[in-house]
Amino acid sequence: MPQNNNRYNLMELMVTVAARQLEDGKTAVIGTGMPLAAAMLAQKTKAPNLITLFEAGSVAPQLVKLPLSVADSFTQTGALMHQSMNEIMEACQRGVVDYTFLGGAQIDGYGNLNSTFIGGTWRKPKVRLPGSGGANDLASLCWRTLVIIPHDLKHFVSKVDFVTTPGYLTGPGAREAAGLPPGTGPYRVISTLALMGFDPESKRMRVEALHPGVTRENVIAQTGFEMVFADPLPVSEEPADEELAILRNEIDPQRLIVGRN
Amino acid sequence: MVPVGELFSSPDVDAARAFFGARPRTLTSKLMTVAEAVDRFIHDGDYLASGGFGGVRIATAALHEIVRRRRTHLGFAGHTATHDFQIMAAGRCFDRCDAAYIVGLELRGLSACARRYMESGEVRVTEWSNATLGWRFKAAAMGVPFLPARSLLGTGTFEKSAAKRIQCPFTGVPLAAVPALFPDVGIIHVHRADVYGNAQVDGISVADWDLARASKHLILTTERIVSTDEIRAEPAKTLVPYWLVDAVCHVPYGSFPGNMPYEYFSDEAHLAEWMEAGKTQATLDRFLDKYIHGTRDFAAYVELAGGEKRMAALREMEPLRRR
Repeated sequence: MPQNNNRYNLMELMVTVAARQLEDGKTAVIGTGMPLAAAMLAQKTKAPNLITLFEAGSVAPQLVKLPLSVADSFTQTGALMHQSMNEIMEACQRGVVDYTFLGGAQIDGYGNLNSTFIGGTWRKPKVRLPGSGGANDLASLCWRTLVIIPHDLKHFVSKVDFVTTPGYLTGPGAREAAGLPPGTGPYRVISTLALMGFDPESKRMRVEALHPGVTRENVIAQTGFEMVFADPLPVSEEPADEELAILRNEIDPQRLIVGRN
Repeated sequence: MVPVGELFSSPDVDAARAFFGARPRTLTSKLMTVAEAVDRFIHDGDYLASGGFGGVRIATAALHEIVRRRRTHLGFAGHTATHDFQIMAAGRCFDRCDAAYIVGLELRGLSACARRYMESGEVRVTEWSNATLGWRFKAAAMGVPFLPARSLLGTGTFEKSAAKRIQCPFTGVPLAAVPALFPDVGIIHVHRADVYGNAQVDGISVADWDLARASKHLILTTERIVSTDEIRAEPAKTLVPYWLVDAVCHVPYGSFPGNMPYEYFSDEAHLAEWMEAGKTQATLDRFLDKYIHGTRDFAAYVELAGGEKRMAALREMEPLRRR
């Protein structure tokens, strides 16, 4: 576990690392929870003109408080435009949207995501989950997909129970063969242990940076598939005091997402 | 890979044209109670689509009335369905479901009662995504039997959908053909409507413009009844013209406990009460007896859930409210 003198918790670390992956002047469709906290932090730090879109229809709002839903009033404050879900999804399909930022219940080594069911069968699942929501569309159609997910054997699995949302499917060329738009796919995975990308040749998930205090062995022990490691392997930059202050005081004062230390 | 999902409704556009062609378009008042609207337009076995976004601008009163009248064997479009899904699952009103987003309430977690129902094996499910289910309404609204989409492909979601893989006749790119969905009845909650059904919405429209045109029958619940002149004063805000509408029901706080943008925020405490009650069948039964079967109508439910005092507090919490 990270040695940080209790200055921040793992949720805060994940959100901070995630926020730094988003670029200014780009478009992003954002899901609720940690992805949204990360997008808001990016806007309040290095990416003030990150254009946020919400799948329910809000375009470029001025976010004042963390929304509970991708449709609620807090996604619509100060928006440039109020549209429909189809119009947002059509913008993704047209190639206008640079990033999407998702969560999930399971992820495999090619970045395929499951949010449909865990255990049992599809017809009689042990745990029925929401299904795709917008995730399948967003990960198919936006240029780059980011995923934020806890790092343990429950979440990082060798085979997902169901491929709800496409990563690189079965490997190099599989997205293109399936008919998904070329040039799209998973880009970053931010977990409680590390920042990951994907090897450009093999399309396998690859650790790009370890979080402070985390070892390769920690990652291997908590991953259900064979993880690739970049060389050299840097350490994720810790959250700065300023980032933590914005996160705690402005974005999530009720600690709905980042929890308490 | 040929998808195995069941198609719960026909994308036959000529049958739809025949239906829409014969629909009355006369300018008459459609004002009625929610009970009357559900009685007349929602029957056992019908396919239902619910507008808004799960817990935002939903037609709660119509959903409650469907439970109160114990409608069963409905088909249900689980499009961005959260609290609306929870209500329908609590009443066990549907037995087949097109699932894009179901069971969860976003950040609030999974609904135990919705999970229990979906894990029972009693409900036939076909998987979709928010875009492809939305485009199914759009295809119906356009009067075409399908639309091509570039998502779904290559996934389990596609395999358990009723989409078909086709090739573009012009460019050769593979596409997922998603079939038009004509619900028997749609229910939408709006900010204001006249008695004929000309209706306006403030804020995002989600899928409602497509859903309104796709639906064979449309029930509107509305915060306010206004004059037609008021509609004509700001026509860009009109979501639905009157000839699509069968029933107009005046229901103040009609999206409660959901959020109504520009009016009131969601009641998180009451939604938490729903989540808690759903944990066992016994507590759910008591909860439904208290709030739905034990109340005469939606106004009585609002009164029981805190009345004007609570509604005033929710108005205070709404960030888009015009002060």
